[in-house]
Amino acid sequence: MANYTPNEMMTIAAARALKDDDVCFVGIGMPSAAANLARLTHAPNITLIYESGTLATKPNILPLSIGDGELCETAITTVSVPEMFRYWLQGGRIKVGFLGGAQIDKFANLNTTVVGPYDKPKVRLPGGGGAPEIATSCGEIFIIMAQGKRSFVDKLDFVTSIGHVSGGDSRSKLGVKTKGPTRLITDLAILEPDSTTKEMTVVSIHPGVTREQIQDNTGWKVAYATRVAETPPPTKRELEVLRDLQARTKRAQEAA
Amino acid sequence: MARITSLAEAIKSAIHDGDTIALEGFTHLIPHAAGHEIIRQGRKRLTLIRMTPDLVYDQLIGMGCVAKLIFSWGGNPGVGSLHRLRDAVENGWPHKIDLEEHSHAAMANAYEAGAAGLPCAIFRGYIGGDLPKVNSKIKRVTCPFTGEELAAVPAHRPDVAVIHAQRADKAGNVMIEGVLGVQKEAVLASKRSVVTVEEIVDELPARSLNAVVLPHWTVNHIAEVPGGAFPSYAQGYYPRTNGFYKEWDAVSRERDSFLAWMKENVLTKGPEVFAQHVRKFRTAAE
Repeated sequence: MANYTPNEMMTIAAARALKDDDVCFVGIGMPSAAANLARLTHAPNITLIYESGTLATKPNILPLSIGDGELCETAITTVSVPEMFRYWLQGGRIKVGFLGGAQIDKFANLNTTVVGPYDKPKVRLPGGGGAPEIATSCGEIFIIMAQGKRSFVDKLDFVTSIGHVSGGDSRSKLGVKTKGPTRLITDLAILEPDSTTKEMTVVSIHPGVTREQIQDNTGWKVAYATRVAETPPPTKRELEVLRDLQARTKRAQEAA
Repeated sequence: MARITSLAEAIKSAIHDGDTIALEGFTHLIPHAAGHEIIRQGRKRLTLIRMTPDLVYDQLIGMGCVAKLIFSWGGNPGVGSLHRLRDAVENGWPHKIDLEEHSHAAMANAYEAGAAGLPCAIFRGYIGGDLPKVNSKIKRVTCPFTGEELAAVPAHRPDVAVIHAQRADKAGNVMIEGVLGVQKEAVLASKRSVVTVEEIVDELPARSLNAVVLPHWTVNHIAEVPGGAFPSYAQGYYPRTNGFYKEWDAVSRERDSFLAWMKENVLTKGPEVFAQHVRKFRTAAE
């Protein structure tokens, strides 16, 4: 029995994807946990940017919302939201965008808008927020999402932000020059786009996870790379730092 | 020209049934007290604009004040859904509302274009996704110099912008610090504005040479409402009450519990309750 949860494995695997010299646009929730874990372990100089306008922020606790005071107080500067989207995102200053979603398909297109038809939705989700332009303006995109049949679907109900569209060269044919999703980190595995088809393909499986488990939690037939690695398990230090961060966050939120 | 007045008088003079209004605030400085006053005064058929409609828009929608919502992200940040917004969209309660849905980039650009007096905003966006299929206001234009295809959306030109800020001086100059959102753009894009502030001071305090100040001749109504952003926060005054956002999930989930909460905390109260919500933080600061 492993001494860590699938969620911790996912967050840690996602944190490892970030590098010390990255400039990263961070979404709230799991992307924020992973990005700050990277900053507190192997990537102390990483630049984290939240869409509320906070540049190079170093929060001591994880924010509940995208514009918590903690982000502003620990940032090198805070710019207005129009400036954030125009100069910094659209201007091409951001290397990595870190996204999550409610639904994803095999080409890593994301839905955060509706489940069911748009005009008569079964579930009205919050909507795209910054994602439609983050998905096309950042140099590349990492996605972090727990796997399940309801979230990893064969066909999205709505395409909120594009990944590799319908595969092949369909993304670049739209005139988009950025790479799109280069890594999808789940609670079971790590997927990367196939170099030709652009279908998200399993390249690494987390310890103890089987191919049956991955297929059972995916709404399409899962593709595997020729060589599939086993994800190294969390180190003692990674687990300690992540748990400390989450405990600090919980204490601070309970006090508020 | 800025007029310092009560919140009730400010809302009564500035906002009319059928107006298009923008209560802005990106997590920070959300004008909750002003939203409650709009509900108490029973405004109807409003078109609400906001990048991140959260609890105060959930309340306005649930109380039947709203005909249309123009937005880019409608949720309870870090918690989940806005149940009153969902009930209106999914079940038409208390009545149906129209949605005009955008991305953040589009909304931010549209406010900036409004402030700049332009008819539309042009930016690189909305590539490949489905939003342009469900929002006829999203168009494409070709750059006359490079031939690049870009997205265009109409500028936001609200009838009224409503914001909360830390301070105004007695002349009505308004100073904003911290996460700025789109408040400056929203005020400059609007025909009229209502600003609630934590305090009205003789003179604005020592500040950076580039501090964000809305000069008194750009705002119309200013009301002092200490705590007026609660449960959102005012940098330098009080923190975000995250616990309230979590509690709202349960309060707003059912129609009955929502209506009971609104009756007890909004309809039968006044803006003075906001000072009580944040008293413990202000005492600690003094």
